Order: sequence, then structure tokens, then C-alpha cells
Amino acid sequence: MADLLKLESVHTHIGRYHILQGVDFSIKKNELTMLLGRNGAGKTTCLRTIMGLWRASAGRIELDGKDLAKLATPDIAGLGIGYVPESMGIFASLTVRENLLLAARSGPLDQARLDWIFRYFEALKRFWHLPAGLLSGGQKQMLSISRAIVEPRQLILIDEPTKGLAPSIIQNLIEAFAELKKTGATILMVEQNFHAARSLGDSVAVMDAGRIVHRGRMAALAADEQLQARLLGLSLESHQ
Amino acid sequence: MKEARFDFVPVALLAAVALAALALIGTPSTWVTLTVAGLAMGLLIFIMASGLTLVFGLMDVMNFAHGLFIALGAYVAASVMKAMGGTLAGLGPAMLAAIAAAGLLGLAFERIIIKPVYGQHLKQILITTGGMIVAEQLIHVIWGPDLLPLQRPEALRGAFLLGDVALEKYRLASVAVGLAVFAALALTLNRTRLGLLIRAGVENSEMVEALGYRVRRLFVGVFVAGSALAGLGGAMWGMYQEAVTVAIGAQMMVLIFIVIIIGGLGSVTGCFVGAILVGLVANYTGYLAPKVALGSNILLMVIILLWRPQGLYPVGKS
Repeated sequence: MADLLKLESVHTHIGRYHILQGVDFSIKKNELTMLLGRNGAGKTTCLRTIMGLWRASAGRIELDGKDLAKLATPDIAGLGIGYVPESMGIFASLTVRENLLLAARSGPLDQARLDWIFRYFEALKRFWHLPAGLLSGGQKQMLSISRAIVEPRQLILIDEPTKGLAPSIIQNLIEAFAELKKTGATILMVEQNFHAARSLGDSVAVMDAGRIVHRGRMAALAADEQLQARLLGLSLESHQ
Repeated sequence: MKEARFDFVPVALLAAVALAALALIGTPSTWVTLTVAGLAMGLLIFIMASGLTLVFGLMDVMNFAHGLFIALGAYVAASVMKAMGGTLAGLGPAMLAAIAAAGLLGLAFERIIIKPVYGQHLKQILITTGGMIVAEQLIHVIWGPDLLPLQRPEALRGAFLLGDVALEKYRLASVAVGLAVFAALALTLNRTRLGLLIRAGVENSEMVEALGYRVRRLFVGVFVAGSALAGLGGAMWGMYQEAVTVAIGAQMMVLIFIVIIIGGLGSVTGCFVGAILVGLVANYTGYLAPKVALGSNILLMVIILLWRPQGLYPVGKS
């Protein structure tokens, strides 16, 4: 399969801190790539740099052959990249409907897509006219994800979607992402929950200290506990 | 599907203040006169302040030169009214000229003064204050240092008498214009895609950009519209006082800051309710206790912030 997104020697500085120190990896079309790593490894910075929210100080970021590194964030989003930030980034005073309406840039909301969203995130239909700030943490995450998929995207960047959520909601999200994968979506997901990562990932990139230290198939990493322990500090107990 | 509920508590506070004033004043006719005067003052402040609250909410820009647009609007209206002989026919052109001049100055101000200091609050305060001082001197150069008369057309002079209640025509007109501006802003913000973008941008401009919208362009538009409204407010306030000095903007800025703080930074509804509250309290205390009238709005701000530290209608920024 062809590469959709390619990062070559990407460096990012935030103030005097050198966060990304030459990131190299690529994402294949129609795959879900997991970006894993310990806290502070640079995963969130990597997603924000792809989105142009932090500028790459060096290197090349290509989406389907187009260089993103020089583009402004709205232009990058305009190329068809959906972004679910770690903070969820929902607009609290806007209703659920208005949040989705804003994300549907190409026109009115597509009812078939909405029906698909409601099948997995039923709460959004129930609270359609309620300000998003009144939703629970899990529901806000559902809204943030729905915003990224409310119209077709070339690539969806998702930052720690299961963070701080109850196990039942995490399971709900895993099922939704599994269905999303079946539609042929290309996703780059940062995830700390290894159970979720193992369930969903096709391929994996592991970061440490601002660099990619491992690339491969998710199934291979999931089967190699020694590699997990070395790369992620995961012990056998964490899988049980 | 559940519906959102509007917070009526600040509106109930307005009614409570008005009723308390009625009890303290005792004479209904005096109370009606003071209430109309308070509404007129409050709504004129709202016209001037509404743009500033959006500018602050949308881009975190502290524009201390907002008073400049008020002053320019007043001076331009005074010149046009003088040229048109102070007639009712000159009122429309005078107001339109004030709006256009303040809007154009707002565009230039944003491009030249504000743009280089986005995200730098201290520099914003210094450069906008400096810009205001320079522009005030330019107004002196163009219009001179003396007080400029800005007479109301004959049709807006005097009062309607309803029994023993006197309702000044100009104050009623100010209330009507203020309500029309609020209705237009509320419709734009709540019923259009542009309004949706502005409301979202006030909360989280980074996320709006990540959805593919250019917040900077949106901000320039809001800044120009806010400046134009300040120009309209300045022209109307000058006509309210029937005189214009270069200090008109700086004098209003104290009240405008009080209004946008107690309303909740970035909230147009809060600005509307806060402005009426300030107008009513200023007029009631001016009648009941003239010695405390000067500080009444500061006291009001302290009380409101003790009750609701983020203002009457807080905007959750993320």
C-alpha cells in the first residue's frame, strides 16, 4: 500500500526546548497507525507539528506528495486532515449540533454519516441541542471524534482518545474505531492504553526522546513482550 | 432531545435593581424618567463596548485605544452635522460617516498597530495606549483643541409627556438603536455560520484553525465591525452630551472596561446586561446618593465579581 503521510527528519523547537529531534516515519493509506511512547516522548508534539499548530524547525512533512511544513493550519486542515486533540477541543458554549456543523466545512451535515455516528455515539443524538460543555468526559470525547469524521477525510489524527475515560466508554470507542477502520479510513493515533492500541493498530511507531525508535506491525509488537518492556516500559502485569 | 437553558439570573438582577430603586425613589414618574435615562446610557455604552468584548474574546487582544474610535466617530459626526446644518436629514449621513471613518481607522489600526503584537499582552497595552495618544494629538491638529458642539436635530429635542412622566425623545431613540444593535448582533452570532465561527473562535481559536478556518481574517472583520460600532456609539454619545472633546473616548473607556468585565470577557449577552446594569445604577445612585454616584460602578463591579468571578455570562476559554 502507498504511503499517505511521510515525515522526514522533522525537528520541532518549542521556545528553547528541542522536542522533536529528527522524526522519520510514514503512514500507509487505509491503515491505523499507532504512535506509542512514554510520557514526554514527543507524541503530541508530533501530531501538532503535522497540523501546523507548532512549526517544524527543519525536515519535511508530506501528505500525498504535498509539503505541509510551510502551510498554515487552516490550509493543512483544508487538505482533508481531521484532528482530535488531547484536550478534545470541543466548543463548550456551542451545542452538539453546532460543533458538528462547524466541522462540516463542505456544506450541510450528511444524514447518512450522522446516522453512522449516532449508532456508536447515541448520546450525541440525545443531547443534540445541549451545550457541549454540559456533556460528560466520555461524551465530549465522542463529540470530538465525531467532529473529525463528520465528513470524509484523507487522514485523521487522534491524540489519546481513551485518556481518563471509564472502561465501558473505552470499549465503546474501540468498537467505533474498529468500524471506522472498515470504512477505509487512514488514522494516526497516539495512545497510552496498550490494550486499545493492540486491539486497533495495524502498524506502530514508537517514540522516545523526540525520535522514532521502532517501526513495524502492531501484531509483532503485541506478541513480543521483551520488546514492549524495552520500548514502552510495559511489564507482563500490565497486560493482565 | 434536551434543550439548553438560558441563564435568567443576571436578567432577574436587572429587574431586582430596578424594583429596589422604585422602592427607594418613591415617585413612579421620577423612577420612569431615571430608568429610561439609565437604559439609554447603558445601551449607548453597549454599542461602544460590544466590539471590544469580542476582540478580546476572539484574539486575547487588549486594545486600550478603543476610545480612539469613539472619539473619531463623535468628531466626524459633529463635522457632518455642522455641514448639513444640524437638520434631521443630516443625522443619517453623520452616523454613516462616523461608522465608516471608525471602521476604516480600525482596519488600519489592526494592520499597523495590533498585528505585530499578537499574543504579547504587555506590548499590546503599551502600543495601543501609545497609538491612542498619537491619534488624540492628530485629532487636535485636524479639529483643534476646543470643545466642538454636536447639536441634536430639532426632531430629537424635547420630551414626550405621558401624564407627569417626561420621556426625552433622544433617550428613547438611543434605546431603540441600542436594542436594534443588540438584536442584529444576537442574530448574527446565533443564527449564522459567521456567528458560529466567532463564538467558537472566542472559546478556542486554535481549534477553529484546526477545523480549516482562518481565524486571523475573522478577527480583522470583527475588529473593523467593533471599531465601526464604537464610532456609532461615540457619535450618539456626543449627541447625547451635545458636545465633543478629544477626551470623550478615554472618559468612556473606564465604563466600557467595567461593562465588559462584569459581563464576562467575550460575551455579547453579558456586555448587554452589564451595560444596562451600569447605566441604571449610575442614574439611580446619581439621584439617590450623588456623593457615591462616582464610585457606584466600581462598587457594582466588585459586588458582581465577588458573586460571579468570571462575570455575569462567563465564556469558557480553552
